[in-house]
Amino acid sequence: MEIDVQTGGSSRGVNDATKGLVDIGMASRALTPEEQENLSPHTIAWDGIAPIVHRDNPLTELSDSQIRGIYTGEISNWSSLGGPDAEIVVVNKAEGRSTLELFLHYFDLKNSEISADVVIGDNQQGIKTVAGNPHAIGYVSIGTAEFEASNGTPVRLLPMGGVEASTANVRSGRFPLSRPLNLLTGLEPSQASQRFLDYARSEHVADLVKGQFFVPIDYSSVEH
Amino acid sequence: MAMILQRFRAARAKDLFVQSAVLLFAGVAAIIVVIIGVYLFLESAPLLTGTGIPGFFLDRRWYPLEGEFGMAAMLAGTLSVTALAMLLAAPVGIAAAVFMRYYAPPAFASFYRRLLELLSGIPSVVFGFWGLIVLVPLIAKLDGPGASVLAGGLVLGLMILPLVSLSTDSSLAQVPRSHWLAGTALGLGRWAIVRKVMIPSAASGILAGMVLQTGRALGETMAVLMVTGNVVQLPASVFEPVRALTSNIALEMAYATGDHRTALFVSGLILLVMTAGLVAVAAVIQRRLKRYG
Repeated sequence: MEIDVQTGGSSRGVNDATKGLVDIGMASRALTPEEQENLSPHTIAWDGIAPIVHRDNPLTELSDSQIRGIYTGEISNWSSLGGPDAEIVVVNKAEGRSTLELFLHYFDLKNSEISADVVIGDNQQGIKTVAGNPHAIGYVSIGTAEFEASNGTPVRLLPMGGVEASTANVRSGRFPLSRPLNLLTGLEPSQASQRFLDYARSEHVADLVKGQFFVPIDYSSVEH
Repeated sequence: MAMILQRFRAARAKDLFVQSAVLLFAGVAAIIVVIIGVYLFLESAPLLTGTGIPGFFLDRRWYPLEGEFGMAAMLAGTLSVTALAMLLAAPVGIAAAVFMRYYAPPAFASFYRRLLELLSGIPSVVFGFWGLIVLVPLIAKLDGPGASVLAGGLVLGLMILPLVSLSTDSSLAQVPRSHWLAGTALGLGRWAIVRKVMIPSAASGILAGMVLQTGRALGETMAVLMVTGNVVQLPASVFEPVRALTSNIALEMAYATGDHRTALFVSGLILLVMTAGLVAVAAVIQRRLKRYG
């Protein structure tokens, strides 16, 4: 069996799998009911999105409506949230990223409603941007943020709805802002694809998933 | 006699062979440009329908997933960052070239030239990374979010500085030595000769070189993407973030489908036309000013 991996975003994964250009697509989000008419998702891991601020930011928690206010520009200074008198530097993701989609979906926003100061591509760029600016706020994958924060990068993960942003809480399903990482196949995958799916959803890959700072699925629930 | 004729024929055949080989390879380079142009045009075609075209240049709003494809703000972003970069790189670059050609001791000048060549060989992503880690936090202490027109202009300026300097240097090198000698014979000082004789004589080459470097700055992607903040807006000051057309393609291409993807090809087409315009300007400058050289 030969596997050729191509890169692109979730949109491309869904697109290519729907059109039958590939045997297995990848998407870091749940499928819409419309998409599930032609595709079946196979979750292989979980990821959560955490709001991050600079380590020197005195605030320890923000409510959903406060985060919403910050991103829409209604709240523009940290002082109105009890922080220092400084303009809030809002870090947003570029259009098309599933992290952005998930964020917008959760806060019920359209991208045109967000007034950002910096727009970033990948998670690392987001972490570097927030680490370099004490007044910045952004959002990135929890796995990446947790790893960077524990390795001395001056960023702090904020809890959501009182739940600490950690891989443990993503695994347990308690953390509100999380997403499944899915492999996508047609409704009836080929035998070769099925064998690969079984492997990708088995305990043999747990170390690989953890190695990427994602959260393994509950393997006991997988049907073979 | 027959042998000479045979040799003559062999040489001619060889000439013909080399001629056609060179023509073929030159043709490949030209054809690639044409293919890319045609490909960009075909991919952009679905959105290039009459009424849509002015919208790309007049509309400032870019929300591709909500059907808004205005590129005016990104065009302004590209132009402002490029202009700032040239403004910074041109005087310093010319000064560096004058220094190494007319003022520095020959051994040091040669070392200095190697240094500039090395600087020009540093990958742009390294400049971008340095900008993101060092420059952006510094600017944030002054004003705004740090990621800004200023950060982009500085990083790009640094990137094209050695190229501006080296192309100026080679233009100056082409000025006949007799000009220098004539200046000295007239009793002119070093600076007077440089300013009144050498630089005006090399002006066409210097300017053309700068126009071509502007084209390079225009097309730079990675470094700009990392430091300009990528917010789609008309900047009110150099401390505000902007998004360049190139960054837009790099940020969104992997995630774009449908009209969104087509719109990105349109921005690529705009960039190609702008670069072609700059090349044409460089050619005209070279021809115009040569008459007075």
